[in-house]
Amino acid sequence: MSPILDGQPGTRHLLMGNEAIARGALEAGVDVVAGYPGTPSSEIIETLARVSAQQNLYVEWSVNEKVAMEVAAAGSFAGLRSMCVMKQNGVNVGSDFLLHLAITGTRGGMVLVPCDDPGALSSANEGESRHFARMLEIPLLEPADFQEAKDLIKWAFELSEKIQNVVMVRSVTRLSHASGNVVFGDLPDLEKKAFFKHQGNILDPLQGPMSSLPVVFKHGRQQEKLKKVIAEFEVSAFNTYSGPRAPELLLITGSACYLYSKEAISLLGVEDRVGLLKLATTWPLPPQLMEKYLCTADKVLVVEEVIPFLEENVKIIAAELALKIGSKTFYGKREGSLPQTGEMNSDHVAAALSKILSVASEAVPEAYAARAKELSDAGAPGRDLTFCAGCPHRASFWTIHNTLQMDGREGFVCGDIGCYSLAILPTGFNTLKTLHAMGSGIGLASGFGMLAQFGMAQPVVAVVGDSTFFHAALPALINAIHHRSDITIVVLDNSGTAMTGFQSHPGLAVDATGNEASAIDVVNLCQAMGATVRVSDPFEPEKTRQTLLDLFEIKGLKVLVLKQMCALSPEKKAQKMFEVSVDQAVCIGQACGCNQLCTRIFKCPGLNWDKEHLVSRIDEVICVGCGMCASICPAGAIRKKEVA
Amino acid sequence: MQQVNLPYDPYNVIITGVGGQGNVMASRILGNMLSRKGLSVTIGETFGASQRGGSVMSHLRISAVSSWSPQIPKGQGHLVISLEPTEAMRVLVNYGNPAIKVLCNTRSIHAIGVISGEQQYPDLADIKAWVAELSEAAWFMDATEKAMELGNPILGNIMMIGAAAAIGVLPLDREDFEAAIAENLSLDKQELNLKAFNLGVGMVK
Repeated sequence: MSPILDGQPGTRHLLMGNEAIARGALEAGVDVVAGYPGTPSSEIIETLARVSAQQNLYVEWSVNEKVAMEVAAAGSFAGLRSMCVMKQNGVNVGSDFLLHLAITGTRGGMVLVPCDDPGALSSANEGESRHFARMLEIPLLEPADFQEAKDLIKWAFELSEKIQNVVMVRSVTRLSHASGNVVFGDLPDLEKKAFFKHQGNILDPLQGPMSSLPVVFKHGRQQEKLKKVIAEFEVSAFNTYSGPRAPELLLITGSACYLYSKEAISLLGVEDRVGLLKLATTWPLPPQLMEKYLCTADKVLVVEEVIPFLEENVKIIAAELALKIGSKTFYGKREGSLPQTGEMNSDHVAAALSKILSVASEAVPEAYAARAKELSDAGAPGRDLTFCAGCPHRASFWTIHNTLQMDGREGFVCGDIGCYSLAILPTGFNTLKTLHAMGSGIGLASGFGMLAQFGMAQPVVAVVGDSTFFHAALPALINAIHHRSDITIVVLDNSGTAMTGFQSHPGLAVDATGNEASAIDVVNLCQAMGATVRVSDPFEPEKTRQTLLDLFEIKGLKVLVLKQMCALSPEKKAQKMFEVSVDQAVCIGQACGCNQLCTRIFKCPGLNWDKEHLVSRIDEVICVGCGMCASICPAGAIRKKEVA
Repeated sequence: MQQVNLPYDPYNVIITGVGGQGNVMASRILGNMLSRKGLSVTIGETFGASQRGGSVMSHLRISAVSSWSPQIPKGQGHLVISLEPTEAMRVLVNYGNPAIKVLCNTRSIHAIGVISGEQQYPDLADIKAWVAELSEAAWFMDATEKAMELGNPILGNIMMIGAAAAIGVLPLDREDFEAAIAENLSLDKQELNLKAFNLGVGMVK
């Protein structure tokens, strides 16, 4: 039973930020939803996919974010309400289309929801989508809590229809993946019919063809829309102020930073000295509202995450209003009170406030802190990121690494984004030597593979996950085949978008809502393009190594598909392939010439080194029974027995 | 809605453990139970890159007054529910204070640095002494072992919730637990989880 759909209007529910966003979309009567999985955004589409049948929604995991935006825009052009969801990197991918769309405009309400990851808690960068709102000249809304996450989405649809353009609602990890209380509103009951009107004049925004032409005219019309937006923002009840009439310091913030700021003010007990202006409408800023509050204090602190986006925009307004509001002393990122990298928290804000206002912050007793530090140094050994027990990637990189070592020509592996990014760390035997955007491993390999004329003779390997293969690898792969780049591509096919929670992708016969879909076969596709293709199971290291060595001998583009389902896959979970055990009579531990190969090098979390008896053991709680360690033990001490 | 008195407002709970131990599930259930009491609950979570084997932590902010940020400020923890012994130590150095209470599962999960021999895993007796020294009250329980007797080590997280209810610092009632799991689990699983909850209650009483 899902409260998302069944929860009655007026009732209160504990929702994840992403669920609140999904509920907001339902209350707005969304019809079409598209996106690509990416932490911390994925649960929005998952939540809506689950209720799609009951609500007559169209929900899809698109092949990538650009296509997701196009699919969502089609819904809008046909008069429906549509939403497009992705993590911050996705906006980069979709931005080519988005720049056209922002000038073209929309019809049915269209909302773009990027979820940024300040601090890169589960990302390979901490880039921000906020800058796109300014660059594309579209309105930007930022929810400060869970209730707003729902309510702003609903308002964004109304705003989008009012100005006939796409509206961005930006979330962050600490809202998307946090949970809080949300009071539900009504769900609409509307019958809608999709129809794309295109018979009108090219200048007619409601009846004509959808295009950015003539560009300068339509760009001007887009900027007129922003004036309407500012008028709405000036009076929006989502912008709030709390604090004294004439505070010593005006703190301007939005997003999750509002909660941190509120808490920091409370921690220091400076409620009567600091005014807290929370903005939900962060671009374009409403100048009259800003004037009203900037007038009240001489000192201004802007609290936000990563780059000073809000701070700079506030400063532009303050410069324009200088004659009316007087000069201000600004605190924040440019001045140095707050860091420009990593995520924000109450402690950072409290430290800034304590410095600006010269108040001491009450800390833990010094003696306690010192003792805790001393004890935890011994008591809390660090936990490096690792592939899960039984992860096929560990097996794949074990073999790729060893094969390249054996080859002896200093070959290397280019990678990209996925769980397999961890292969740049010891858990993947430091096998990856480049790590960039999705698909970039193949693009880089394509380039490396053309450098023979400059004497380069190192074997070049690129790895790519199955979902990433469809998302971003195909153009690079085609480029490499077309130019006869001499490289080996390894597709790490674990049957799903595993890192973000097993979302479907075009290689699977199922779609986001669980309906049957047409699966595109990686092997056939690569063969049709002219690549030499082999398939192996990473849990068969001997066969895989021989296949790789054979492929290295062939000129041109080779593809090796390593097929093995993710250890955490819902289809595989809790099903052991093998009962694995260490034969204590055979494992002679440190007396063996292997030098603890299984625990020291392979180091699957399912293995343990028994300090007392100096032998390896299997941790039966952690081991998932893949049997890989049995294949690598040189003494044959690790035994695997097939589970019936 | 009955009047709820909290020892502190906001009351800050940290559930910590290693990826795969059911940390997120435990925080959801606990949050749901307290939300049912009419309390305002915020849960902050770190997951995504927390594959099995990584440290995971959930922050619960419980208040009768207003909603709080998803991150507990340093040194402001009130109750730690730790599914793994060394994770309790990791939390105490960041969020501990002399008044903090700790519920700790005794089953160790070795990090790969320990498995490979680069790091040492401390003796459980030492960890117990250190946790006790850094807290006002500490309870240790063999939740994973008991859960394996029930057939699934993951149920250790539910036993810890039972134990948290039993120590009586928060309004955690069995009825609310039943209602919370009814929202998420199938009937047969509900029964098993209720058994685990009851066992957890017994472990600290």
